Amino acid sequence: MTYKADMNTDIFFILLLIPLAPLFGAVLAGLFGRQLGRTGAHWLTILSVAVSFLLSLYVFKLIVFDGMAPINTSVYTWAVTGNLNIEIGFLIDSLTVVMMTVVTFVSLMVHIYTVGYMHDDPGYQRFFSYIALFTFAMLMLVMANNFLQLFFGWEAVGLVSYLLIGFWFKKESAIFANLKAFLVNRVGDIGFLIGIAAIMVSFDSLDYAEVFARAPQATAQTISIFPGVEWALLTFICICLFIGAMGKSAQAPLHVWLPDSMEGPTPISALIHAATMVTAGIFMVARMSPLFELSEAALSFVLVIGAITALFMGMVGLVQNDIKRVIAYSTLSQLGYMTVALGASAYSAAIFHLMTHAFFKALLFLAAGSVIIALHHRQDMREMGGLRKYTPITFATAWVGSLALMGVPLFSGFYSKDIIIEAVQLASRPGADFAYWCVLLGVVVTAMYSLRLLFLVFHGEARMEKSIQEHVHEPGWVVTVPLILLAIPSLLIGYIAIEPMLFGNFFGDAIYVAANHDVVAEIGEHFHGPLAMALHAFTTPVFWLVALGSSLAVAIWYWKPELAIWCRQRFSPLVLVLEKKYWFDEAYQAVFARGGSKLGYGLWRFGDVAVIDNLMVNGSAAVVGWFSNLLRYLQSGYLYHYAFAMIVGLIMLIFTYIILA
Amino acid sequence: MHLLSLLIWLPLFGSALVLAAGDQRPVLARWLALLLMLGALALCVPLYGGFDSSTAAMQFVEKMPWIEAFNIHYHLGVDGFSMPLVLLTCFFGVIVVVASWTSIQQRVAQYMAAFLLLQGLMVGVFVALDGMLFYIFFEAMLIPMFLIIGIWGGERRVYATLKFFLYTFFGSVFMLVGLIWLYLQSGSFDILAWHDFPLSLQAQKWLFMAFFIAFAVKVPMWPVHTWLPDAHVEAPTGGSVILAAIMLKIGGYGFLRFSLPITPDGSAALDWLIIALSLIAIVYIGLVALVQLDMKKLIAYSSIAHMGFATLGFFVVVSIVREAGVTDAANMGLTGGMVQMISHGFISGALFLCVGVLYDRTHSRQIRDYGGVAISMPWFATFAVLFFMANTGLPGTSGFVGEFFVILSSFAANFWYAALAALTLILSAGYSLYLVKRVFFGDIKNKAVAEMQDLNKREFAILGILALAVLLLGVWPNPLVELMQPSVEQLLSHIALSKVSGS
Repeated sequence: MTYKADMNTDIFFILLLIPLAPLFGAVLAGLFGRQLGRTGAHWLTILSVAVSFLLSLYVFKLIVFDGMAPINTSVYTWAVTGNLNIEIGFLIDSLTVVMMTVVTFVSLMVHIYTVGYMHDDPGYQRFFSYIALFTFAMLMLVMANNFLQLFFGWEAVGLVSYLLIGFWFKKESAIFANLKAFLVNRVGDIGFLIGIAAIMVSFDSLDYAEVFARAPQATAQTISIFPGVEWALLTFICICLFIGAMGKSAQAPLHVWLPDSMEGPTPISALIHAATMVTAGIFMVARMSPLFELSEAALSFVLVIGAITALFMGMVGLVQNDIKRVIAYSTLSQLGYMTVALGASAYSAAIFHLMTHAFFKALLFLAAGSVIIALHHRQDMREMGGLRKYTPITFATAWVGSLALMGVPLFSGFYSKDIIIEAVQLASRPGADFAYWCVLLGVVVTAMYSLRLLFLVFHGEARMEKSIQEHVHEPGWVVTVPLILLAIPSLLIGYIAIEPMLFGNFFGDAIYVAANHDVVAEIGEHFHGPLAMALHAFTTPVFWLVALGSSLAVAIWYWKPELAIWCRQRFSPLVLVLEKKYWFDEAYQAVFARGGSKLGYGLWRFGDVAVIDNLMVNGSAAVVGWFSNLLRYLQSGYLYHYAFAMIVGLIMLIFTYIILA
Repeated sequence: MHLLSLLIWLPLFGSALVLAAGDQRPVLARWLALLLMLGALALCVPLYGGFDSSTAAMQFVEKMPWIEAFNIHYHLGVDGFSMPLVLLTCFFGVIVVVASWTSIQQRVAQYMAAFLLLQGLMVGVFVALDGMLFYIFFEAMLIPMFLIIGIWGGERRVYATLKFFLYTFFGSVFMLVGLIWLYLQSGSFDILAWHDFPLSLQAQKWLFMAFFIAFAVKVPMWPVHTWLPDAHVEAPTGGSVILAAIMLKIGGYGFLRFSLPITPDGSAALDWLIIALSLIAIVYIGLVALVQLDMKKLIAYSSIAHMGFATLGFFVVVSIVREAGVTDAANMGLTGGMVQMISHGFISGALFLCVGVLYDRTHSRQIRDYGGVAISMPWFATFAVLFFMANTGLPGTSGFVGEFFVILSSFAANFWYAALAALTLILSAGYSLYLVKRVFFGDIKNKAVAEMQDLNKREFAILGILALAVLLLGVWPNPLVELMQPSVEQLLSHIALSKVSGS
């Protein structure tokens, strides 16, 4: 992370252009949507994101293939307070370029897809403006070289997510969901902000490089939150930062907003709520690896939270009927896997899974969107079935995405997930055993809900209404081309990228792992190429768990659908727990939403109105009135009684003072 | 050139001129008022251009004897604290005249004259360096605002004006006693001389309390805040805008100009009081804002909570400086509090203007009378959502900068200050976006909403300029921060020194 004084100014402008091009597109499409027209707006934003994607690829090539040194550069000074210089700037290293490329690629695919998906929507230009704005915000987040800009990107993606979940703002459920998403994220942001405050106060800087350089000297420092209780400073900082990640990356118990976010149009579910924004928390922790590596306790916390999310959120996916919600719970579960990897110090594996997941999950969402358009905006899987005949491309690509998600050997998800499971197995910190069991069981659950979705949607008999069935057909090329383009990396990227990304020195200094934590390197010692790894898979428990989950799914939802009914009855308490999603929503609604407004109402009516206004203000006025009525007998004029009270008060004050002095 | 005097007296004499134009000629009155306000704003250009932001010394100083018997001077000057506030005042002068262009049809000349009068007096408050002069501006300022609410206000305007007047008058009486006492001790009314005047701890505590009551009512701080929601609800849009954007800042400014430098040891002894009340303002008032049914009341409560950040920032600094010296964290507290005041000026002003836009169309401020406004007024909804987002402290808007600095600084003082202050992230988002949900989103609620016309050019220009200001200050706050740095540093080193030993 060295600042290159002789940095080529061309590179500087390229880096500047990468986030600014989509911003430019967003502003123009937003402000001049009517003048640009629908075609103008989509061409403008697609081009701006394409520029951003191509330049990102170029920078990727420079950093990864040409071996250019990481760039750490400032763009402008945001503010100077005292000796603290807060600057907006970029840190471009291998971690950043992976994120930039993934974000801009998925964004580009989603832009193109949107042309088809939102074809008849009156808010067409507004939608393009938002998703381009999102791309800008996300790029600012991943390219940041300081905590301020990180927080800016963090909140800005949250803003766009809010706007997009509530895109159809006439729908009551959509505007409920977007408010909920924003507020739950804000809960996490409190932790994040406190973490940033602790960093600023402890290290006198908000710049990554400076903070990382100073952190190792702080390992012995403590902080006292409750009198008498001393916590390690770095543990405190890392847990605070991670609470932010829990909000953004929807980790239990701050996960409740993500399933509801499915109220937004499907392209943004793919882009924001699967591939990119929700992975910001994962990225952030990986970026902060020099801090997290200094706190074993924080890593254990991360590990356990991730494990809980990975298993228990996946299970909820088994009973959902809305096609998008199944994928949403699957996203929660996969985010849990990434978090587990972070907690096991396998940051590179987390980023690797983030990348493969971005491709196959975006693919699955877009495939779901394709199904939804084909069925005229029906999302209930109970009214689907047999679609393989009508939408063959969607069918095939959805299978590719699902097999990748399940972790079937050779598919991208296999490589990333297998490494995570192995890493957890090798990790030795508290919570690792629990996490290992969770991720293993999670594999069964993943296979089950993935296949359930495929069977219910594409196989079996067509269960939709006759009138719809007659018109079902595959949407046009703007929809199918992105599906195909995403299917390719979903299939291949794991095979291609695993060796260079995990076992080469790909991340270099971008990710720091303490030598005694380096589980990925340990795995690397037994790694003999991606093909060997796939072949070796057949002897691992993970593969047989996938097989078990798949067999169960085939039996229940394909082979004997009556088994599904039997299971529901046999395990009805469990099904109830899952259908109620562990009662998180009800509890939060009762305690925070209703509790907060009751408290506010109480404080207002009792504190402000009854005590302060009626008792004290109007009451003292009444007392003064009564008193001056008494005095009025002594006075001939009409003294304004309030003013009189003032004078009395004034005299009393002076007297008190004189007496006391 | 007597720039500061011009800034005070141009609007003051101007108001007489506008009055002379008479209520029979509203068009003339409007244009004349606009011209005068623009003139004042134009005077800010040389003021800003000639301001040297590398020194903490008072600039553009004017000083001449006024009442020699009591050593009272006509003494003016600006530094890094007053400068941004003067600019903000002159900026909003123009905004408020344009915003009231058509919505005020009765007694136009008197209305415009009242605002001109108000502006001159408010500038006077910010630039006065003589205690008595300050007090006179401080009190005189109440009169035009009293008239604005009392004449052009809503149904319960009489109750609101009385409450407003008595509350603030009540507070300032204590300040007057304090000022007179200081004069008796020091032999002058020179505020800058008071800054270096040694005082015993006991005297400082009394003085601190006297100033505190005056400024706490103005800010307003809990529990002397209940005049504000009533005043806002009854005030015409322009009155609300000036009240929220400028007048509340006078309380905060008072803490910086009087309490902290004159009674640093008193502040150190009693800072817990202000910190506690600020945190109550942020949390308690935030919760109260959540359940408001009237949009103006909601924004009024939100103002109290946001001003809590300014006072919190100013006073967490004291313990940091006394324990750890003049650190970056301490600097952030004062800077953050100041930035918060400026930013809140823009945001709250804009929010009251937004309510005004709705009120002009349907004559209702009740949240339940709206729904789906984004459908009938898309441009307006865009601006309003931006301002409400700024109100939630979204990074990239000005609302973020001050809160960010103050939370960081509070953390250096005490974890719990920062944790409680950070609750605003949820509360401000809660009340702001819950309002947005009910008013702007959803389906069109009723016929009145369906028939609403989107912004006209005049409204668009005003909100557009404010939006630019809010965004610019969020993306690049450095010009503002830079302006006040020497003054911040000077005040910090001042707080660090005890005055007690000298007495």
